[in-house]
Amino acid sequence: MRIHVDRTRCANHGQCVFAAPGVFSFDDDENLVYDPAPEATPAAEVARAAAACPVRAVTVEGGPA
Amino acid sequence: MSGGPSSIVVVGAGIAGLRTATALRDRGFAGRLVLIGNEPHAPYDRPPLSKEVLTGRLAPEAAALPVPADVEVRSGRAAVRLDRAARRVLLDDGSAQSYEGLVIATGATAVPWPGPTPAQGVLTLRGLDDAARLRAALAEGDPLLVVGGGFLGCEIASAAREAGAPVALVCRDRLPMRRTVGAEVGALVARLQTEAGVSLRTGVTVTGFSGSRRVTGVELSDGTRIRARTVVTALGARPATDWTRGSGLGTHSGGLRCDHRRRALDEEGRPVEGIVVVGDAAAAPHPLPYPGAPSHLVIGHWSGAVDHADTAAATLVGGPPPGPVPPPSFWSDQYGVRVRAVGLPGAADRVEVHEYDPERRRVEISQHRDGRTVGAVTVNRTSRLAAHRARIVAEHGEGVVVG
Ligand SMILES: Cc1cc2nc3c(=O)[nH]c(=O)nc-3n(C[C@H](O)[C@H](O)[C@H](O)COP(=O)(O)OP(=O)(O)OC[C@H]3O[C@@H](n4cnc5c(N)ncnc54)[C@H](O)[C@@H]3O)c2cc1C
Ligand code: SF4
Repeated sequence: MRIHVDRTRCANHGQCVFAAPGVFSFDDDENLVYDPAPEATPAAEVARAAAACPVRAVTVEGGPA
Repeated sequence: MSGGPSSIVVVGAGIAGLRTATALRDRGFAGRLVLIGNEPHAPYDRPPLSKEVLTGRLAPEAAALPVPADVEVRSGRAAVRLDRAARRVLLDDGSAQSYEGLVIATGATAVPWPGPTPAQGVLTLRGLDDAARLRAALAEGDPLLVVGGGFLGCEIASAAREAGAPVALVCRDRLPMRRTVGAEVGALVARLQTEAGVSLRTGVTVTGFSGSRRVTGVELSDGTRIRARTVVTALGARPATDWTRGSGLGTHSGGLRCDHRRRALDEEGRPVEGIVVVGDAAAAPHPLPYPGAPSHLVIGHWSGAVDHADTAAATLVGGPPPGPVPPPSFWSDQYGVRVRAVGLPGAADRVEVHEYDPERRRVEISQHRDGRTVGAVTVNRTSRLAAHRARIVAEHGEGVVVG
C-alpha cells in the first residue's frame, strides 16, 4: 500500500497520528512525518487514519505491499 | 448477509449520514440505500463555513463532500414524521419512504435568539446559505457584532477581521471558549481577539436589539449599546430531532438517546432494533463517565460524527467488529492559531499546565477528574496531544471508551 499526504491541505489535526501511530507522527517542529509504504500496519488501521482526517489530506492506494 | 435489511434509509445528508452510508457499502451492504436531506445543496462539510469559506480563501464548492456510489440521494426533502410501527419515514411532499434499517443523522440547528429581533441583519451560521449571507454582509465592510463567545463565535470574529470588517464580540462568560477548553486557553483566545482589533465585551449579555426593520445595534446588560448593521448570534446548536417526536424514541438534552452500538433507545431505555443514531443528533452514552456524570451526552463535534459511523453500520448489517471508538476530539482555528482538543476538557476538576507561552502562542494543558485524565488541549502543539489521548484511553479502560 502507498500512502500520500497532501501537505498543502494538512492542518495538523493529528487524527491520523491517533488512528495509526505506527505510520504517522509529528517531529519536534510540529511537522507531520509518515511512512509512505508501511508494512507492519494493518490496512484497516491506515484506512481509519485516512477517514479521520478532517481535511481529507490522506490518500491510500493499493492493498498490502 | 442473510437476515440483514434489504433497504436502508439515511435521514440527514451531512457528514454523519454520508460516512455511515459509506461504511454500509464498505461492509458489503448491497441493498437499496436512500439518503434524504432537507437542504437544496449537494452534501458539504461545515467546519470551513466559519473559517476559509467565510474569509473567501476557499470557494463554497470546495466544502463539498464525496457521496458514495450507489446511493439514491433525495435532496430538498425533509422528514417530518417517523412511523416506527409501519417502518416508514414521512416526507414533506406527502410521500412515505419505507425502510428496513434506518439511520438518523439529522444533525443540529443553530439555537435561535430567544426573543424578537429586527427582520433584517440578524443572522446565525449553520449552513451554506447562512455562510453566503454572512459573507455578503462582510463584503459590504459593515461593522459586525458577534453574540456568543464559544468556538463558533470566536471563529466568525476571526474570519470577519481577516475580511477587514470592524468586529465586536459579546461573551456572557468572563472568558471566551472557557467552558470547552478551560480558562487558560480562554485567556489566550481573548488576547488573540483583542490583539486583532476585536472589541471584546466579556461578562455581559445582550438584553435587546434596536432597529425596526434592519438591526442598528444591541443593548447590553451593563446599560451600554453597540452599533452594528449585522449581528450574528452564535449561541450553540441543538439536535434537529423534532421530526421524530411522538415516535416513542427516548431523548436527552434534545438528542436521541442511543447505546454504545448506536442503537436508538425507546422511552423506557430499551434498544430499538433497526434504528441507529449518528452525529450531532445523538445523545450517546457518556464517553468518560465519572461519579455524578450524566448517563448520556450530546457532543457536537465533527470527529464524533465520523468516529461512530462504522459502529452504526456494523449494528445494522453486521460483518467484522468495528474498530475501537476513540474519545471525543475537536478543533478550532482562529487567527492562524491551531487549537486542538481531546476528551472532555470541560469536565476537569484539576488541570496540569505543561506549557503556556502566550507570546509564542503555544499551549499544552491536560485536564483531570477524580484522579483520571479526562482531556487535553494544545495550541500549536498537536504533537503533544497523542500521549494525553493515550492516557485517557488507558485510564478509562478500553471497555468504557470502546463502543
Ligand atoms: C460553521 C460551523 C463550523 C464548525 N467547525 C467545527 C470545527 O472546527 N471542529 C469541529 O469539531 N466541529 C465543527 N463544527 C461541528 C461539525 O460541523 C458538526 O459536528 C457536524 O457537522 C455534525 O455532522 P452531522 O452530519 O451529525 O450533522 P449536520 O452537519 O448538521 O448534518 C445534518 C443534515 O441533516 C439535515 N436535516 C435536518 N433535519 C432534517 C430532516 N427532518 N429531514 C431531512 N434532512 C434533515 C440538515 O439540514 C443537514 O444537512 C462546526 C459546525 C458549524 C456549523
Ligand atoms: S489528520 Fe490530516 S490534517 Fe491532521 S495531521 Fe493527519 S494529515 Fe494532517
